[in-house]
This record gives sequence, structure tokens and C-alpha cells, in this order.
Amino acid sequence: MKKCFERLYNGLVRENPTFVLMLGMCPTLAVTTSAINGVGMGLTTTAVLIMSNMIISMLRKVIPDGVRIPAFIVIIASFVTIVELCLEAYIPTLYEALGLYIPLIVVNCIILGRAESFASKDRVIYSIFDGLGMGLGFTLGLTCIGIVREILGNGTVFGFTVLPESYEPFTIFILAPGAFLVLAFLVALMNKIKLLKGKDTGVTGDCDKLCRNCPNKGCVGKSIDTEVAG
Amino acid sequence: MIGELVVIAIGAAFINNVVLSQFLGICPFLGVSRKIETAAGMGGAVVFVITLASAVAGAIYKYLLVPFDITYLQTIVFILVIAALVQFVEMFLKKKVKGLYQALGVYLPLITTNCAVLGVALTNVKKEYTILEGVVNGFATAVGFLIAIVILAGLREKMEYNDVPESFKGMPTVLLTACLMAMAFFGFSQLK
Repeated sequence: MKKCFERLYNGLVRENPTFVLMLGMCPTLAVTTSAINGVGMGLTTTAVLIMSNMIISMLRKVIPDGVRIPAFIVIIASFVTIVELCLEAYIPTLYEALGLYIPLIVVNCIILGRAESFASKDRVIYSIFDGLGMGLGFTLGLTCIGIVREILGNGTVFGFTVLPESYEPFTIFILAPGAFLVLAFLVALMNKIKLLKGKDTGVTGDCDKLCRNCPNKGCVGKSIDTEVAG
Repeated sequence: MIGELVVIAIGAAFINNVVLSQFLGICPFLGVSRKIETAAGMGGAVVFVITLASAVAGAIYKYLLVPFDITYLQTIVFILVIAALVQFVEMFLKKKVKGLYQALGVYLPLITTNCAVLGVALTNVKKEYTILEGVVNGFATAVGFLIAIVILAGLREKMEYNDVPESFKGMPTVLLTACLMAMAFFGFSQLK
């Protein structure tokens, strides 16, 4: 039981996919124009992540090592299709809002990353909690970005007006450039907190290109080293 | 006919730039943009694979999925086709076209998981493009990616030794640069 909570904490805080690992950047930037879209995308990904982690963990002794990546991709793609059809049938407004980004959950590197690094090695129950933790961490990240963009760009949170009438919304925050801007400041804030804690986050100036040993998780060079998706 | 294709191409490359307005392929855009040479190599490989993948995915959709009425399987089929295609292209280049393989080789495996490839295949189906229109759309989208990643790499090379605040070093600076580029590309939307 203790390990289940440890997996949840790991996904939500210690290895938060959005702010610490910086994985799955495409949906993070694309669908966070409002808080509700962020929550919807996060929970959709969570559902796929839990189910794919569960099945992959169950089949971990059956799938031959040589073809494991194609096998994982087929499992993930099947669940994405199921979730997509369910959304289209039961929550059509969210389906319209997320559009192309629902089928693109297949290439979200968080899911394949967890399958490869956790679910294919550990017991089913822990894999489910790992998927739940990572999914909720992703949802948390998307919701944070969505709330910031919605307040600044529209003056609302989850559709409720929170800022006074006199506030003139910066429309740019719900347009494409605003996504980069908000994420840049949120990552800078994370870096600031790390610096204040006195933890050396690694340096960008004299990087020795040995990304695997580098403590700087936010470093952009790591995508060359580790396998990273869109 | 030609006019329509040109409209599709300009729309895909500039107005709806794949990275800066659609947010597809962000990971290679941020990750492989340290030097202009590597950025251009990645961009070239993406142009190659997306053009090929649009043609193959379009043909499979039209001649296999539609006749058998199994279009709901498109996500699964497309991702498998793309993964297989990338493997095949890599083997082919390694064997036959050594020069191109050395230029693009390291980037090819990374492309399977580049969401722009799957994104273009799905967009082609959604907009009901013919195979030719799909290929043009794919090629132009990939050229848009190439332009964006090379510009970002150029800017990053210039900024490498700039003095930025400690907490903005690395990723935040790159994201701010991308933000300014997105604003610049926003100007193209007036072309409509």
C-alpha cells in the first residue's frame, strides 16, 4: 500500500511530467486555452495511461523483448481509439474542443515512457497507481497553465468571471504565442524555487553533453539523448 | 487545380505553421535546435518522412480503410504505417544512399514519435484532401517545420553567450524566443 502512495507522489510532484520532466509538450501548449480544456485533456490522457499501463504490465511476461515497442504502441493506440469514440458519443463538446489532439495522445511520450520504464517491469497494481499518479500530475500541469491563460486572456476561471469589468483581457494569452509565454514564466518560476532551495539545477553554460548524468531535468538538450516524442 | 494546391501549400507552411500555431512537433523543435546544422538535418529528415508518410497514409486510407468501412481504425493503422515506414526508409538509405543516410541517420528514429507526422496524416483525412493534395499539404507543413526550427537554431546560436537571469537560463529563454517567433508568424494570418 505504501508503494501505491509513493507512486502517486512521484507522478504528482517528484517527477511531474509537465514541470519537471517536460514531456508531452504538444498537448500542454495546444489545448490549454482554458482551464476546462486542460482538465479534459489531462483526464483523457490519465484514462489512457491507466489502462495501457495495466494491460502492458499484465502482458509483460508474454511480449517478446524484440517487438515490445510496436506492441506497446498498438495497445496504446487501441485505448486511444476507444477513449476517442467514447468522448465523441458522451462528451461531444470536449471532443470538438480537443479535436486533433485526442488521436495524438498515441504519440504522447509520457504514455510510451511509462510503459517502457515502469509498466513493463513492475506489478500490475503498482503500474495502475503509477499511471494514475503520472496522469494526475499531467492534469495538474495542464490545469495550472490553463487557469493562468484563461484569467489573463479572458478574465475567467472555468467559465466564471473572476476579474472586474474594467479589466481589459490580453487576448494574446489565449492565442498561440501566449502558450509559449506562460510556459516560459512557469518554468522560470520552478527554476527560481529550485535555486532558492539551494539545489544546484545544473548549468547550461559549460554543459559536457553527457545528458544522462546531468541533474538539470529542464535542460532542452536531453531530448537528443533520451527518446522523446511530440 | 494548381491554384488550389498553392493555397494549400502557403496555408500549411506559413499561416497555420505546424510548430508555431498548431503546436505539433514541439519536442524536436525545442530539443534539436542548438545548432543550425543539426536543426537543418532534423528539418530535412522531417520533410522527407512527412511527404512520404502523407502519400502512403493517404493511399491506405482511400484503398484499404474506406472500402472495408474500417475508418475508425485510422489512428492505429497510421501510427503503425509511420513506424514501419521510418524503419524501412532508414534501412533503404543505409544500404543505397550512404550520403543522405549519414546526413539524416541519427534523426530518423526520433521521427516516429514526432507528432507532426501523425498529425498531418490525420489532418489530410479530416479535411478530405485527395492523395495529391495530401502530399502537397504534408510537404508544405514539413517545410514550415524546417523554416521554424532553422530560425530558432539561428537565434539560439546568437543568444548562447548572452547574460540572462539565472532562473531564465535554458528552457525559459528558448520558450520566450519561440513566443516572439509565434507572434511574428501570427502576421501571416492576414494573408487570408
